[in-house]
Amino acid sequence: MTQIAQQPGTDAIAAKGWLLAHRWLLLRRASQLGILGVFLLGPWAGIWIVQGNLNASLTLDILPLTDPFVLLQSLAARHVPELTAISGALIVTAFYVLVGGRAYCAWVCPVNIVTDTAGWLRQRLGLTGGTRVTNRTRYWLCGTILLVSAVTGIITWELVNPVSMLHRGLIFGMSTGWAVILGIFVFDLFVSRRGWCGHLCPVGAFYSVLGRVAVLRVNAARRAQCNRCMDCIQVCPEPQVLKAPLFGADEGSGSIIQSPNCTNCGRCIDVCSRDVFQFGTRFSGNAETRLQFAKETQR
Amino acid sequence: MDTTRRRFIGDAARTAGGVALCGLGLGLYARRSTSLPAQALRPPGAITESEFLAACIRCGLCVRDCPYDTLQLAQFDDDIAIGTPWFNARNIPCEMCEDIPCVAACPTGALDPALTDIDAARMGTAVLVDQENCLNYLGLRCDVCYRVCPLIDEAITIEWQHNARSGKHSRLLPTVHADACTGCGKCEYACVLEEAAIKVLPQRVARGAGGRHYRIGWEEKAQAGDSLVPADPEHRYNLPEGLDYDYAGEGLIREGDTATPFAADPLETLNRESAP
Ligand code: SF4
Ligand code: SF4
Ligand code: SF4
Ligand code: SF4
Repeated sequence: MTQIAQQPGTDAIAAKGWLLAHRWLLLRRASQLGILGVFLLGPWAGIWIVQGNLNASLTLDILPLTDPFVLLQSLAARHVPELTAISGALIVTAFYVLVGGRAYCAWVCPVNIVTDTAGWLRQRLGLTGGTRVTNRTRYWLCGTILLVSAVTGIITWELVNPVSMLHRGLIFGMSTGWAVILGIFVFDLFVSRRGWCGHLCPVGAFYSVLGRVAVLRVNAARRAQCNRCMDCIQVCPEPQVLKAPLFGADEGSGSIIQSPNCTNCGRCIDVCSRDVFQFGTRFSGNAETRLQFAKETQR
Repeated sequence: MDTTRRRFIGDAARTAGGVALCGLGLGLYARRSTSLPAQALRPPGAITESEFLAACIRCGLCVRDCPYDTLQLAQFDDDIAIGTPWFNARNIPCEMCEDIPCVAACPTGALDPALTDIDAARMGTAVLVDQENCLNYLGLRCDVCYRVCPLIDEAITIEWQHNARSGKHSRLLPTVHADACTGCGKCEYACVLEEAAIKVLPQRVARGAGGRHYRIGWEEKAQAGDSLVPADPEHRYNLPEGLDYDYAGEGLIREGDTATPFAADPLETLNRESAP
């Protein structure tokens, strides 16, 4: 019998307590469910704070929000939308440029709860193996969708998009659309680790592109304290983004996670018992260097 | 090293192939999704179906602002492009709100904001599809579809026809006029039969179209103020001496002959011609 590996985060719980070791996870779930809840308040309780769904919505009868990826497909299909939709998309784009493109994935998208659960279960059950799908597939898919939209003159991804299918389905009615969501769960559980969000989802890929210049970033500021427990690598949905900022000090890598694939989920901050990570901006320099700089100038 | 290289190329090819296949499937599926079932109607102001699928971002704001819950978003197994708004007139018809809130709510222009007069909406066209079961066609008085029409006497009129079955009554035939019908579906909704005899169909199903080069003579004439073709020249005949062409076209007659070649009783004429 091989010994079952210690679950990531055990050290952090011991060091900081359960609550602090789940702080960002809890906040994130509260955000995801809260956003869904505000949308559901209308149809369920008759309190109309927000109308619509993630594709486009109207908040308090005044603030329009539009998913820029859907609007881009519409443009590719040669429709010129009304100003309301366009301004909604600009607001959303500006927001994610500030907070990190894939913050959408970690803090808003309802599918994330499904895939996170599948990922967690996969780890718990010690399931490994599966297919080799490169995580660049999503970018190719994203581009292909825009191309197909242009060729057919139809917003194509929305015909099959599980993300909007789930969100809209919960609000407007779903019928057998559940099967698609179940499919994603099974795919992530048995076929490929973080298969959907990490490799295929073109929506996430689009938000990654938005996130190339994102301001809010996770910073492995105190990476010198890292004891290489690898808990962050195990919980991170995009573990490849951590390598350079965390272990690349010798190669001259900055400590800020610049990769647009980072979802700003903050789970690495949670599970680190050595308090290596913190949220910062992409401009905040390496804390070590700043510390050093401060010391040197004091001298 | 050669194997890693080969594996890399293999992976790249696999990705490219897979994605291309996905794109192809998506494209074919998209093409298919433009065919709407005949009972699915789009909200007022919806631009043509192929443009609609390029414009509607499936937000459901139109659905939310419809005070009568007419509209719904297509679900996974509705056979309609998923997430797009539609209605089934037999379930809940459009009440033709004067302020057209569904159009006002649409952020994209999939419902054309140029539609400000709901009477100008063309969600479809009502067609009395089943003359065998329509009660009025059977010679009874039902008239319900006619009575409920918001554009009564414009979009539906009642046309009188002799009832050949009874021989002494009229049949009052509900008759739709496509130039006024908005396709709201109130007639289909109200039809008293178990299965409506009058149905609103999308215009592409309900309407024919004349040849593009066809011109309706009297319309052209009314527009031009005068006939577009020159008037017929006076007819001239070369007739044998002493004969004249009968005015009513009934044959040649001798000049001054007042009697017609036909007897007052047609039977007599027949008898005369069959005689040897
Ligand atoms: S990758 Fe796609 S499904 Fe996953 S969280 Fe992001 S948008 Fe949602
Ligand atoms: S690096 Fe941290 S914040 Fe970014 S995705 Fe991974 S766990 Fe989440
Ligand atoms: S005109 Fe009124 S009843 Fe008809 S679909 Fe629009 S909101 Fe609904
Ligand atoms: S409001 Fe417009 S964009 Fe939104 S679902 Fe209705 S038709 Fe589509």
